[in-house]
Parts: sequence; structure tokens; C-alpha cells
Amino acid sequence: MRVSRWTLAIYLGPAILVMAAACLYPVLTAFQLAGYKWEMGTPWSSAQWVGLDNFVAAFGNEQVWASLWTTLLFAGICVSAEMVLGIALALALEHPVRGMAIFRTAFILPMMIAPIAVGLAWRYMFDAQFGLINAVLGLVGVKPMTWLADPTLAFVAIVIADIWQWTPFVFIMMLAALASVDSAVMEAARIDGANWWQQIFLVKLPMVMHVIAITLMMRLIDAFRVLEVIYVLTFGGPGNSTEILAVHIYKTAFVGQQMGVAAAVSVLLLVVVASLSWAALRLSNPMKDAR
Amino acid sequence: MKRNPSLVAMHYSMLVVLALVCLAPILVIFATSMRQQVQIFSEPLNFLFIPTLENYRAVLQEDRLEVYLRNSLVVGVVSTLITLVLGCMAAYGLARFRFTGRTTVAYTTLLLRTVPLAVMAIPVFVIWNQWGLVNSLWGLILLYVAVNLPFTIWLLYGFVLQVPAELEEAAAIDGCGPLRVFTSVFLPLMAPGLAAASIFTFRIAWNEFILALVLTDRHTRTLPVAASLFITDMGVDWGKVMAMGSLIAIPPLIFTFVAARQIIGGLTAGAVKG
Repeated sequence: MRVSRWTLAIYLGPAILVMAAACLYPVLTAFQLAGYKWEMGTPWSSAQWVGLDNFVAAFGNEQVWASLWTTLLFAGICVSAEMVLGIALALALEHPVRGMAIFRTAFILPMMIAPIAVGLAWRYMFDAQFGLINAVLGLVGVKPMTWLADPTLAFVAIVIADIWQWTPFVFIMMLAALASVDSAVMEAARIDGANWWQQIFLVKLPMVMHVIAITLMMRLIDAFRVLEVIYVLTFGGPGNSTEILAVHIYKTAFVGQQMGVAAAVSVLLLVVVASLSWAALRLSNPMKDAR
Repeated sequence: MKRNPSLVAMHYSMLVVLALVCLAPILVIFATSMRQQVQIFSEPLNFLFIPTLENYRAVLQEDRLEVYLRNSLVVGVVSTLITLVLGCMAAYGLARFRFTGRTTVAYTTLLLRTVPLAVMAIPVFVIWNQWGLVNSLWGLILLYVAVNLPFTIWLLYGFVLQVPAELEEAAAIDGCGPLRVFTSVFLPLMAPGLAAASIFTFRIAWNEFILALVLTDRHTRTLPVAASLFITDMGVDWGKVMAMGSLIAIPPLIFTFVAARQIIGGLTAGAVKG
């Protein structure tokens, strides 16, 4: 449909204006801020242009590279575990059963609850002295562990919390995808003598490959964006063992008060996430073929 | 095809175990909020305690809870309403109208959907200071509308495509003006999409605390910010913080139980259908 400029402005104008001013403009400003030295609490006019100094400082800082590595490791482990677990569970439980609606409701709860509540719940459960996890492990004879005080165990803890929160997402996506597989195709495969293994890996999964790919991209993008749960659970510690890039940026800006350097690091995170999003759009653009 | 009873039993027991794993941390929040201080620091496996509302009374009396609750409700409801109106109109425009620059708008919107909030934090803090929007609820509302619009437009876009344009044309031929067509023909058909979009938007506006922490003071704080301030270097005041966590968790819990189907529809929209 072709319409007048006025109609266009009325329908699209307000949304575009708000997104441009309060979302796109801040993102672009991050690039600008990365070129300035500015003390929090002083007027912006006192900021000094320092060129690429902040980038030099950020990328010369071993801590940033360590943080990037932690982020990659976190995203890699969490997303692989969530994909494998989610797909396996969906394959095992795809057969429709009565009462599934109730179970589905339970499965989406971890995604709906506030990250602050999720972080607190896990922090309490991981507590070394009075936490539920040590108590349960104690029942099977495992000695109490200082989860959040040990660098490796703290990393394991944030991975467990993320897997708990997001495996249900993969599971639900895969259930929906598997439900759309034509049962006649599976019937044909069975008649042709495909065994259980072949039915799953050579027929069923290839048919839902598109959904698997999109789910993987969505999870990967989100894994690079996590901040709140880890903020509450470990705040990047102990030491810097769980300091993913998002936490590093927050700490550098609002604890270390180095706005410019933090902005430079946030440009790095933005580039990583934007490239992933771009790849995801190439894979499937929901707004491309609109008549 | 009838399934083997033992297979069905195994199916259900797996579902029950998974549901319990999903629910456990949420139950821990509610259970801890109703424990006495002494019990919080001992006996993690003792679930047969006498519940107390002491922690709730403490947050209500000492911590200006009513102010934070009001702020949270205002921010959550107002930003959801504005996001829905703007997002619905924009999704309609993008799906129905052909115009120059449409692809650019669509691509930019989709890319903005994934901007990490950590990247937004610093520029938003600086810009909101310049605009005088720090420590005001409007500042938070503007931010939440802006970060929720991309997802809302993307979600509603799919729902608009499912409403046949012929239906609107027929109504227009029958003498409905453009506004009537939009409100009486189009909007009712969008109800499931709008329900999903409002839940996802409200969830962010109600739950978010990092940017809210940076942008608010003691008068404009939201509940999650207030809760996060109980976490200090000295440790965590578990009783109080869990009472607040429970209060924060209640609205999303209600939405999930009432509208699980719409939420799942929203999560899987696009990926599965396309």
C-alpha cells in the first residue's frame, strides 16, 4: 500500500523518534564518549578530548582481555550446554501428554522472574555455610564447598544459574519446532527401515535445523548481554574470575569512575554483539518479505 | 498409537523433576522470606518451619517500601502502555505501507533489539544528565519505552502480517474511516500479540535494575533497585531482601500463570512459524 507522507509520519513517526533519541543516539554516543576523559560529577563541558587514548588504555589492559576470555568461555559453555540439554529434553518429551500446559508454565517461570530475584536465590543457595546446595550435596557425602569464594567454583556457579534460567527457552523452542514436523515424513522414514538413531539425526533434526540455528543465535547474543544475575550473584568476583565484559564495563564506569575507558570497552562489546545480530539477521530476517 | 504405561509414567516423572528444578530457586525465595533470622543462617533442609511475616513487616516499616512500590508500578504500567501504542502503530505501518527507507528502519530496529544494557549504561547516564531526566520517573519511562520498542515492533509485525489486509479493505468499502478500521477491525484481531508484547515489556520495566540504579535517587527508586541496595560488602540482609524479592516476583508469576500460552507464542513467534 502506498500512502501519504502524513499517514506515514503519524504511524511511524513517534516510535522512530523515541528509538532514535533514547536508544540509537545513546549507542552512537558511546563511540563519542570513548574519545573523552571525563570525571563523573563534573559538568560535561569540562571533558577533555583525548583521541584514542581510552582505546589504547583499554586494549593495553590485560584485565580487558581476561574479561573478554571469561565472556567467551561463559557464552560458549552455557550456550552449548543449553542447546544440547534443551534439544535432548525436547526429543525425549515431545510426545503430547495431558497436563503439558501446566508443566510449560513452570518451565517459563525462570525467564519471567526478575534477574535480581534469580541472582539472590542462587546466591543464597550457593552459600557455603547455610546454602541448600551444600546441604543436598552433604546428603550424598560431598564435603561443603565455598562456591562463591573460589574462582573456579564461582564460575561454575554462574554457568549453572544461566543453564537453569535458559535451558527451558531452548526446550520450548524445540518443542514448538518438533510439533511442526509432518508425522507422515517420520512414518515414511520408519517404513523405509530407518532406525531410531537415523530417524532423529538424519530426518527429524535436519527438518528443524532452521529453528535450531535461530535459537542458537538468540542464545549466543543474550549470553553476551547478561549482566544483572551475575551482578547479584558474584559481582565479577572473587578476584576477576566471573568478570564478564558487561560487569567489567559497569565496574569501570560506576565503581572505578573511568567513564571514557569503560565506553571504549563497551564499543568492543557492542561490536561483538552487533556482528552476531547481523549474522542472525542474515540467517532469518523476520521483516524482509512483507508482500 | 497407544503408548506403553511405563513409558508414560517415565515421561511424567521426567516432567515433574524438570518442573521442580525450575521452581526450586523461586520456592527458596518465598520460603526464606518467611523464615526467622535464626533459621535463615541454619538448617537449609528444614522445610517444616513456622512461617513468619516479620521480614515483610520490617521492609514495610523501615524502608519506604510504599514509595518504591508506587514508582515501580508507575514506571511499569506507563512504559508498557506507551510502548504498546507506539509499537503497534509502527508495526502496522512497517507491515502495510511501502515507502523509501523502509528497509533501513526495519534493519535498524532489529539491530537495536540486541544492544546490551551495559553498553547503554554510560551514554544514557551522561545524556539523561544533560536532558535533566536523571532522578525522574519520566527518565526511566523514556528509557524503557525506547529499549522495548524494537522487540515489540518485531513481535507485533508478525501478528500484523497474519491479519488479512482484505478484511480492512472490506471494512473501508463499507464506509469505515481509517481510524475506525484500525480500532474496530484491526485491534481486536491483534489481542494475542498485544497481550504477549505487554507482558514482555512490563517484565523489563518491572524487573530491570542496573540502569534504574544509575538513574534514580531515594525518591524515584524502583523495587529492584531498593532490593539491590540490601546487598553490601558487609553481606546480605537475607530476610529483608528475600521479602522484597518475593514482592518483585509476584506480578510476573501472576502473568505467567494467566497467560503462559501467549508468552510461549511470543517466545517462539517468528522463529518457528517462519
